[in-house]
Amino acid sequence: MSTPDLLYSEAEDDLRAAVRSLLTDRCPPATVLSQAESGRAHDVALWGALGADMGTAGLLVPDKLGGQGATAREAAVVMEELGRAVAPVPYLTSAVLAASALLGCDTDQEPVARLLGALAEGRTVGALALPLSTVAGVPGTPAATVRADGDGTLSGQVSGVAGAAGADVLLVPATGADGYGLYAVETAETSVTVEPLTSLDLTRPLAAVTLTGAPARRLAGPDRAATAIGRALLTGAGLLASEQLGVAEWCLTETVRHTRERHQFGRPIGSFQALKHRMAALWLELVSARATARYAADALATDSPDTPVAVAVAQAHCAEVAVRAAEECVQLHGGIGMTWEHPAHLYLKRAKSDEIALGTPGRHRQALAGLVDLAAPTG
Amino acid sequence: MSAAGQHPAVDADELRRRVRDLLDAHPPATTEPLDFLRARFDAGLAWVHYPAGLGGLDAPRSLQAVVDAELTAAGAPDNDPRRIGIGLGMAAPTILGFGTDEQRQRLLRPLWTGEEVWCQLFSEPGAGSDLAALATRAVRDGEDWVVDGQKVWTSSAHIARWAILIARTDPDQPKHRGISYFICDMTDPGVEVRPLRQITGEAEFNEVFLTGVRIPDSRRLGEIGEGWRVAQTTLMNERVAIGGGRVPREGGMIGLVADTWRERPELRTHDLHQRLLRLWMESEAARLAGERLRQQLAVGQPGPEGSAMKLAFARLNQHISALEVELLGEEGLRYDDWTLRRPELVDFTGREAGYRYLRAKGNSIEGGTSEVLLNIIAERVLGLPPEPRTDKDLPWKDLPR
Repeated sequence: MSTPDLLYSEAEDDLRAAVRSLLTDRCPPATVLSQAESGRAHDVALWGALGADMGTAGLLVPDKLGGQGATAREAAVVMEELGRAVAPVPYLTSAVLAASALLGCDTDQEPVARLLGALAEGRTVGALALPLSTVAGVPGTPAATVRADGDGTLSGQVSGVAGAAGADVLLVPATGADGYGLYAVETAETSVTVEPLTSLDLTRPLAAVTLTGAPARRLAGPDRAATAIGRALLTGAGLLASEQLGVAEWCLTETVRHTRERHQFGRPIGSFQALKHRMAALWLELVSARATARYAADALATDSPDTPVAVAVAQAHCAEVAVRAAEECVQLHGGIGMTWEHPAHLYLKRAKSDEIALGTPGRHRQALAGLVDLAAPTG
Repeated sequence: MSAAGQHPAVDADELRRRVRDLLDAHPPATTEPLDFLRARFDAGLAWVHYPAGLGGLDAPRSLQAVVDAELTAAGAPDNDPRRIGIGLGMAAPTILGFGTDEQRQRLLRPLWTGEEVWCQLFSEPGAGSDLAALATRAVRDGEDWVVDGQKVWTSSAHIARWAILIARTDPDQPKHRGISYFICDMTDPGVEVRPLRQITGEAEFNEVFLTGVRIPDSRRLGEIGEGWRVAQTTLMNERVAIGGGRVPREGGMIGLVADTWRERPELRTHDLHQRLLRLWMESEAARLAGERLRQQLAVGQPGPEGSAMKLAFARLNQHISALEVELLGEEGLRYDDWTLRRPELVDFTGREAGYRYLRAKGNSIEGGTSEVLLNIIAERVLGLPPEPRTDKDLPWKDLPR
């Protein structure tokens, strides 16, 4: 196993600066909130600027397939910034999960390549039709709840799909006479219903997908579909750690800013040791969270055999750090922290949803037990 | 490259050449270890960034690794840097920075070879975290200072020839300004060293009682009343960056528990399994953070993450060793040895689980308590407002004690 590079490269720093600058201009908390209340699935204009114009939608896609030919390391930097802004864009669902699933299919096939190119361009939005809570990194593949009928149509239901509401194309795992497969379905079809659900995370809403004889194109059969979906989930979970890092970082920065300015008992409340130690403890957790998130991104980028361990550690660790940071942010802001006006709630909702997304910390620890030979008690 | 103009030729190749000359003249296989170490010092290969004549060659500090690697490969003796760590890490840079030429010539060579062990007389029973509150007095008497007081937590005092000492020379000044810095001869009359027995039963540390100890003024380091500033040099060198060595996965205490878990399935419970997995992950996260810090240092971006590592390891060591005792169950009720021992090194892995559990309690106290380090992170890294300090400008003699 080669030594992982845990730092940020100059190119990654440049990418971060560009994304952050765009999000600072176009995605302040007030915009995030009004977007969330608008009932739209995501911020279409922002996604156009970020995904298409800036080219982040195609980071994971090779040049020859119309993407930027970058790696999970660069995508992780984008995820950090999106977490810091709780940005309502389909980066995780389309540019990471859907694109990774397609990359696991045979990209020499014209339909796969064409769809991948469209996603990479950022004009077409895709979503992997699995519940967001699906656990990544465990052996076996999520069982399909959709049936592939012999006539090239799909029927069935998938609940809790993130990114489905704003998607043009759904990538649907389904089982039929030919076994397990991955299929593409256009959401514009009348036989496809995408019903938005009221979600804990306002900035990444879920939807229930119902297919009633929806025309579908098979992208991968039993030989590839399971691996492609497994790899997509692993990539999603590994990169989600970077989003969680971004969420935690915003929460700590804002909490420090607030407690330096807010005076009570004749002093800035940030001078009280009880509060200082809580913020210092969060900073400590961020230091190790960053190391684990970087390692997961690097492992994914280099296709390291240690990737499942790296992702499990990063996901279990960063998920808890993000939730703790968001909870501390609400608490240390006092009364304003639990209002609708202050953006802290957006971060708490994102952090708590992210903790469940792609496997809870407990599920990742369970996966780890098998990976590093720390077996559970028998009986 | 080397220091400007003085030794333009001292690069890695030149150092390798000098190492070869040293090894030719003093073959390690047939040379007494102490003679070899003295010759190495005299060849300027002890600490290459030190001045010529004082064990160095004014070479870049980073080239020390070249010398160490060559000498290790040749089977040369080492000077047991762990045993003489206080001398190497704290006394030497302070003597180099503030000592007179005479002091440097007399003290640095036997310090480096380990012939003379050093200890540090800083902490006091009434001044631990608040070090500048120290009460040990030094009163001028002709060419001497007469020292009275008590120090504590003194590693190696029972084997030390010399001590670095801070004492109060002006009680009318505010606490940081009335302190001076001395070199104390541990063999002088009035110096009494008593073992300080710890929670583990052993005595790594000592209490040192100073009664009418006469220290010549020629053994002062820095100006009178400037001792706090001198001590900052010492303390900055105490927080040495974490080691260059790469730690493998399960390289720390977690490896001991993981192995026990694997080898003894009869001890497993579901509760312990959950806690073990959590601690395994936290250890891995801390290991990666250490690796990331190492990479930052290597490219010249030192960050404040170093202080995070001490806090993280203290907490982890305590939680892992606590889990280990529980995992062992009936065996965890036993202890290996309560004999009063005087170890020269702390060796976590050389003893059993109960020892590790008890000794780890010190990790969050020694070398800066976790609470003080959290304050430092909050104030210096996060920029939070300082604790109000009511004692800063009051004369020391007027402080409530």
